[in-house]
Amino acid sequence: MPQPTIDVERLSLVIEIGGVPVRLNTTDAAFLKMLQERYSGYVGPPSGNSVVEFDVELIAPGTRSSDADVHVTTQQGRWMIERGDFHAEWKPATRQGLIRQVANRYSIDAVLRIVHTIVLAKEGGFLLHSASAIRNGKAFLFAGVSEAGKTTISRLAPPDVTLLTDEISYVRKRGEGYAAFGTPFTGELAKLGENVSAPVETLYLLAKGPENRIEPVPPGEATRSLLANLLFFAEDEELVQEIFHSAFEFVSRVPVARLTFVPDARVWELIG
Amino acid sequence: MSRLYVARNPRVAARSLDGEMMIMSGRDSTLFTLNKTATILWQAADGATPLDEIVSDKICVEFEVEPAEALQDAETLARELADHGILQISEQPIPLTVPIAGEAR
Repeated sequence: MPQPTIDVERLSLVIEIGGVPVRLNTTDAAFLKMLQERYSGYVGPPSGNSVVEFDVELIAPGTRSSDADVHVTTQQGRWMIERGDFHAEWKPATRQGLIRQVANRYSIDAVLRIVHTIVLAKEGGFLLHSASAIRNGKAFLFAGVSEAGKTTISRLAPPDVTLLTDEISYVRKRGEGYAAFGTPFTGELAKLGENVSAPVETLYLLAKGPENRIEPVPPGEATRSLLANLLFFAEDEELVQEIFHSAFEFVSRVPVARLTFVPDARVWELIG
Repeated sequence: MSRLYVARNPRVAARSLDGEMMIMSGRDSTLFTLNKTATILWQAADGATPLDEIVSDKICVEFEVEPAEALQDAETLARELADHGILQISEQPIPLTVPIAGEAR
C-alpha cells in the first residue's frame, strides 16, 4: 500500500514597498486574494528575491490575547514581534520568518510596517507619521500628529500632485539626500499611495491656522519634531541609536519648515 | 564627605546641535534636551573627574554662582539624569569601557 501523503499547495506573494520586497507564503487562497487586493500596486515580481520571506500561519479568531500593545524584541539574532492579534518572528541572517495571525488585513499591515522600520533603520531610512506627495518631480513630507492636517492637505492636493500617502511616509537614503516612496498605508483618506518615488525636497511640520505661511524651523526643534513623528517599535538599544542618528542626518540634509495652513486648496500655491 | 563621580552612560545616543545637547535613552527611547549647565556636566562626566571639580572648574567658571550652591544643584541634576539611566554616578571613579555614544559622529 502506498504511503499516505497530503499535498499542500503553497501560495506566494511578493509585496514590494519602498523597493524592499517581502515575500508572504500561505496555504489559504482566500487570504492570498485578500493580500492581492489590499496591496494592489505593490505586488512585486513572483520570482524576485526578497529581503525576508514569511510563512503565514492563519489561526482562529479569539485564540490569542487582546493585548493591543506591540512588543518588538531581538534575541539571538531573531526578531520577535508580538501583539494581541499576531505573533511574528524573523531571522535576518536566513531571511526567513513566520507570522501567526488571524486572517485579516490589519495584522499583516502591522507586521509589514514593523518589519520595514527595522529594515530601514539599518540603512538610515525610516517610516514617518506624515503625508507625502510629489510635485514637479520633488517629494514633500507633511508631518504631524493625529488631527494636524495630514489627510486634509492630501485631500486638497491639486491634480498635478501625486499622492504617496496620507498617513505613513516611507523615507530612504538616496545618494547625498533622501527619497520618499509611495506606501499602501493609509489614513482617513483610505486611498493607497502611488507606488513611485522622488527626492525629498522639504519636510513640513503641519499646523492649522488663520493664514497660509511657511516659516523656517531651527535644527534642534526640527530634529525633536522629526523624532516625535518617527514610527519605531523595537526595544533594541543599537537600533534606537541608529534611528536617533538618522534623524540628525536627515535634518542636516533636508530643509524643515513649519507649514501653517487654512484648510482650503490655496495652501498648495506655496508648495512645489 | 565622600566625593561623587559621574560618567556618561555609553548605551545612550547623544548629539549636539546648535549648542543643544540631545540624548536618547536606548532603554525606552525617551528623548532629553539638556540646557547649557546640564550639557557642561554631561560633557565633563568622564567617570574620573569628581563632580565637585567639574562644578568648580567648568560650571562656576561659566556662570556666576556660589560653588556650594552649584554643587548642590549639580548633584540633584546628576541624580535625576542617573534616574533616567543616561548618567552613571558612584562614590568611586567609573571606568569607561566603550566609546561615549555620539562622540564619534
